[in-house]
Parts: sequence; structure tokens; C-alpha cells
Amino acid sequence: MSQPELLLPHNRILRYEFHERLTHWVSAGSFIYLMLTGLAFWSPWLFWLAYVCGGPQISRTLHPWVGVVFVIGVLFLYAMWHAQMHTTETDKEWWRNIDHYTKNEDELMPPAGRYNPGQKLLFWGFVICAVLLIFSGVILWLPEYIPWNLRILRYLAVIVHPGAALLSIGLFMIHIYMSIFAERGALNSMLGGDVPVDFVRRYHPGWYKEVFGDSPAPPK
Amino acid sequence: MSQETLRVQKISAHAGPIPGEGTQREYVVAKLIDTTTCIGCKACEVACMEWNDLPFGETIFDNTYQTMPETRWNYWNLILFNEHEREDGTMQWLMRKNQCMHCAEPGCLAACPSDGAIVQYANGIVDFHQDNCIGCGYCITGCPFNIPKFNPQTKRVFKCTLCNDRVQQGLEPACIKACPTGCLHFGSKEDMLDLAGKRATQLREHYNFPDAGVYDPPGVGGTGVIYVLHDAKQPELYGGLPKDPHIPLSVKLWKGPIKWLGNIAMIGGLVGLFIHYLRFGPKDREDEQIREEILTAEENAVKSQENRPVVKAVANQEGGEPTKGERT
Repeated sequence: MSQPELLLPHNRILRYEFHERLTHWVSAGSFIYLMLTGLAFWSPWLFWLAYVCGGPQISRTLHPWVGVVFVIGVLFLYAMWHAQMHTTETDKEWWRNIDHYTKNEDELMPPAGRYNPGQKLLFWGFVICAVLLIFSGVILWLPEYIPWNLRILRYLAVIVHPGAALLSIGLFMIHIYMSIFAERGALNSMLGGDVPVDFVRRYHPGWYKEVFGDSPAPPK
Repeated sequence: MSQETLRVQKISAHAGPIPGEGTQREYVVAKLIDTTTCIGCKACEVACMEWNDLPFGETIFDNTYQTMPETRWNYWNLILFNEHEREDGTMQWLMRKNQCMHCAEPGCLAACPSDGAIVQYANGIVDFHQDNCIGCGYCITGCPFNIPKFNPQTKRVFKCTLCNDRVQQGLEPACIKACPTGCLHFGSKEDMLDLAGKRATQLREHYNFPDAGVYDPPGVGGTGVIYVLHDAKQPELYGGLPKDPHIPLSVKLWKGPIKWLGNIAMIGGLVGLFIHYLRFGPKDREDEQIREEILTAEENAVKSQENRPVVKAVANQEGGEPTKGERT
């Protein structure tokens, strides 16, 4: 399958359309605020972050509302991307060779598609975390409305919410590392929307094949 | 209710040492409530509202004497009325004055994420400082007695202060002052336990209450409010007084192992990623090298083409230094 409509001048390919980039950055921005205020409530040693985020009371007031924005963002990301995020046979092979990937021996990896299996894991991880966070978060948002007889819900929420938050912070750290430090050019693809053909050939050979077919060099 | 003249021994969500901790010893104070002599007059409820300047709220009439189902953010002291039928078919009033228990190991303080919003004074009183409260309600989750209550207008949580503003001036709490039957006592924890023990013995030996006893639950390290109960084996009869209250397990896990594992994981993750970068660097580093090699090769090719006639010219001159030719 050849998709020449994705081709841009100067040997570049459109990777993320405007609405994809916008949704990503709404989710990302709200996540960063949630992470900072959440860490402030997580540890006394990080409580100063609450002052950075507008003051302790403001942080407490905004955290749940920003959480709603984040979850809406993730819902849209899910709607846009979930069809492309299913694991394929090649992906399973990819995971078996993950040690080569971590050592930057990408030429030994099975070809990744438009999203490599790590990105797919990141996507599903964030979707699951968002679901867990919003359900536990609503309980923590309005604890005074949870009757005494249902206090088990609050007890669950104080475990689920930090647990899912820690998981998502782990995913976030890997995401930042990969997109800014490891795969240079990935951040630009989410800002400008396009990537060089070389980038696709290197990191997403499966997608390259989808776009250009079997031709070794892109049509000029 | 901020009161600064009492020494503090525990501060919620406080990073680092607690200022002044252990510099002074104080009597641990306690309130003793003898449920067997309570007549349910509610003088303590009124005294509490009077002294603490609490606004009057609507009461709920549910065909009992009880003012409302549970304490409120502006109603810290509530007598719970329970009609209990004994095994011999006779009826018994079980009346319990309910308020903050001032636990030695307070679940509210353990759960609180805001520095200085909840303190425990050296005399054992647990107090909320609403100035520092962020209204998250974690204290509501941490409390095993369902005491802290949220004020939706001010977004702050309130509860009984054990009238620490009176106690620090050497007075007893307002509820104790108002009690007409003498079922409420106030003093050092030691004295109150002694008095309670004597009263329980009296009830067992002379009043046909073989199960009478003192309620000072060890699960929360003992409380600053202790009860004498007719039937200490069934505290649940007294409006759901928990038999063996603890800080909820999930709160302990959250503030204990989960927190430390989480911190180690987050710091470990940051360090790990940094070391990975030092060891392996970016994925396209070799691309850069290749690109540079290509560029230098191209440049060299261009140069050598430019240089070729010059080099030839230099080479034609006998005795000329070849290095000169390379430099041009």
C-alpha cells in the first residue's frame, strides 16, 4: 500500500495532523500540571511544588478540574489512535528482541510499524492509568459525599490513585527520554507534524514500507 | 483553630525535624466520659457551640432525642442515643457523647498532605489549623471514627479541638464545664484512666454490669477521650463505636511502603535513564557520524579536485616542498 499523499516537500512525511498534535499537547500540558501538584501532595519534601502551581489551596482546587481536561484529552487520543495500537505478530517478535532496542542496535530489530510496540504500550498504559485515575480521583475529589458505609471506596481510592499516578509518571519519564533524548526528531514530529523520510526509514521501517511500498528510495 | 502557646509534637506532612519537639514535657490530658451517668441533656452540645462560637444549624427530627445523625463541620459534639434491649427483655438507654477522640496515633494527621494543617500538641490534643488546610479531605479518609467534617463554603475541614484554647489557660473543655451529672471529667490521662478503672470496677462489682469496662483503644495508641461503658465487649452498641479502631490499612500502606517504593522507583527511574544516556546516547548518533563522514569525504573530494592542478604545478617544480602544495 502506497500513501504518497503523506509526502511533503524536502523529503519529509506528515506524521501527526494538527488535531492530533493539539490533543496530544492538551493532554501533555494537563498531565504535567497534574504530576507537579500530585507530587506536592505525595511527599512533604515536594510540597513546595504546590506553591509553584499557584498555592496549596489553588492546587487542590485545580487538580481535579485539570484532571477532567486530561481525561477528555486521553479519550480523544483513544478515539484517534486506538485502531493503530493493536499488537501484531511482528510486535511480539520486537518485544523478544527488546534488549537490542535498549542498546541502540535498531538494525537488529524486527521492523516497527507506524507506532513501535513500545509506543503502543505507552498508549495503552496511559489509557488504563487515565481510567483508574479518573474513577479514584472523583472519590478523592468529593470525599465528603462518600457515606460512612461506603468508606471502602475511599480506602481503595487512596491506593489506586497514587498507584496509577506512579505508573503514569514512569511512562511519562520514558516518553520524555525517548522523544527528546533517544530518538531525536520525535519531539519535532509532535510540534511541526512532519518527520524526515530518513527518520521513518530508521525508526518505523514497517510504516516506510506502507507509504513507499518496496521501493528502496522515496520518489523525488 | 490555631493556638501557638502549646508545644507541638507532631505536624502533618512536615519535611524535616519538628521545631521544639521534646524540649518540654507536658501532662498528656484526657477527657473521661462515663456513659453510665450520662442523662442525655445535651448541655455539652450547647456549651461546645457557645464556647467555639459555632453558628446554629438546622437539626433533624427523626423521632428520637438525637439532634442529628452525625457530627457536622459546625457541630463537633453530639450525643448519640441508642435504645438497647437487654437479654432479659428490659430496655436500656445507651447514650454516648461523640466527638474527636484525640488519638495518640491520629489517622487524620498521618493522611494529611499539607504541612502544618494538623498538629498534635505535647499534651496529646490533635488540632486542625485551617489556615494551612487545603480541603483535600484525606483526614476524613484517615479517621477511623468518622469525625473530621468538610465545610463546603470555606473548603476547610473542622472538628473538636478539645477546647485547647481553654486547656492551655488551665481550664477544662467547655463540655466538661457544662455537664450537670459529673459524667464528664478532665485531667491527666493517668488520672482519668485511674478514675475510669475505679468506676468500671464499681459497675462490675456493685451495679450488676459484669462486662463494664474502659474504652481506650490500643489500635490508635490510646485516645485522649476515654469512655466507661456498661458493656465494654460491645462498644458498637453505642452508636457504632468501633471495637478495635485502627488507621485504615490502605492509608498505612499508602503513607508507608507504597510511598517509599514509589520514591525509590521514581528516583531510580531518573538515575537509570540518565545512566542509559551516558552509556548508549541517542539512537541516531551513528547517523550523525555517517553524515559527517559523507560531508568530509565530499569536501575532500572537492578540495582534491581543486588542488589537483596546484599539486601538479608544485610537483612540476623540482625541489619544491610537497607540504606547501597540500596547504594551498
